[in-house]
Amino acid sequence: MPMTQRQALEVLMPLRGERIVVTTMSSAGIWPTLSQSLLDFAYIPSAMGHGPSLGLGLALAQPERGVIVVNGDGCQLMSLGNLATLAQQPANIFIIVLDNGQYEVTGGQPHAGTGRVDYAAVARAVGVKRTYTFTDLPSWQSGAAEAISGPGPVVIDLKVEALPNQKTPKPPRPMAEQIRRLQGALSVA
Amino acid sequence: MLDGPSVVAALERVGITHVVWIPDSELGTWEPALRASAKLTLVRVCREGEAFTLAAGLLLGGKKPIVMVQCTGLFEAGDALRNVVHDMKLPIFFVVGVRSWYLQQKEATTDTCPIFSEPIMNAWQIQYRLLDSSHSADDLANAYLESQHADRAGAVLIAE
Repeated sequence: MPMTQRQALEVLMPLRGERIVVTTMSSAGIWPTLSQSLLDFAYIPSAMGHGPSLGLGLALAQPERGVIVVNGDGCQLMSLGNLATLAQQPANIFIIVLDNGQYEVTGGQPHAGTGRVDYAAVARAVGVKRTYTFTDLPSWQSGAAEAISGPGPVVIDLKVEALPNQKTPKPPRPMAEQIRRLQGALSVA
Repeated sequence: MLDGPSVVAALERVGITHVVWIPDSELGTWEPALRASAKLTLVRVCREGEAFTLAAGLLLGGKKPIVMVQCTGLFEAGDALRNVVHDMKLPIFFVVGVRSWYLQQKEATTDTCPIFSEPIMNAWQIQYRLLDSSHSADDLANAYLESQHADRAGAVLIAE
């Protein structure tokens, strides 16, 4: 039985430490109910599929800080090449793919890779050395601490429950305010 | 004249930290100079949309990136550019190689890239300068500085 997205993020929450957390799509609606950190960045409005690239830029700019990007499988497929970009950088970044096998916020349609794409295997194939797949909540609970530690880049495929009739979440605050908060927390404003 | 050593010197002078790029045959001649720079980090991406959002992350994190792509990649990168410039309002600066520009001036090409490059820049409401062989790397650096002083996005198109 796949875990829910909320369960997946509840496991992640105590492990994020002082890392920047970039959320996209559904996770951007759930994460603010778990965390109010100044280091949270809800990437909405976004360029679809580009959360990992934004996160990689942050990770290269802030190598000591570290970045966690919570992406969707549909988003990941839109810019699959970013895994190859990621692989060439010894960056402190963790990409979590919440893999529900559908475009959740457009009505639950399947995408081109539904049921076929192994994101951890794709990441390994393009050179990402540390990858993980967790298919249920107990395995994620027991393996998350190892996965969310050590050197990056890391790609983690989490099989999560597909929910129907989800809407694109609203960001917790306007983009300009999000940027001010994050840059203030990073002391780069 | 814009060549690798002069461009790199100009980028270093204005404090650029990262060059995020997919080269074309013209910009690609700058690679040895870019790689040789101790002040610039060259970041290679797989598709141009990635270049803009990766550079956005660098900007958010306090660095000073510049994006370099060909016009074909600019066309592909529209959603990322829209997001970075108009949603996030980041002062991203980029260099676009305009393939076949000189041939198009002489009506000696069927390449449609030069026809659409400037209209695309206008559509995305990006202030830009077109640099041809009469311009120098100082013109590129000045365009960058103008955009940064105005805290807005900007670009140069390189006639090829």
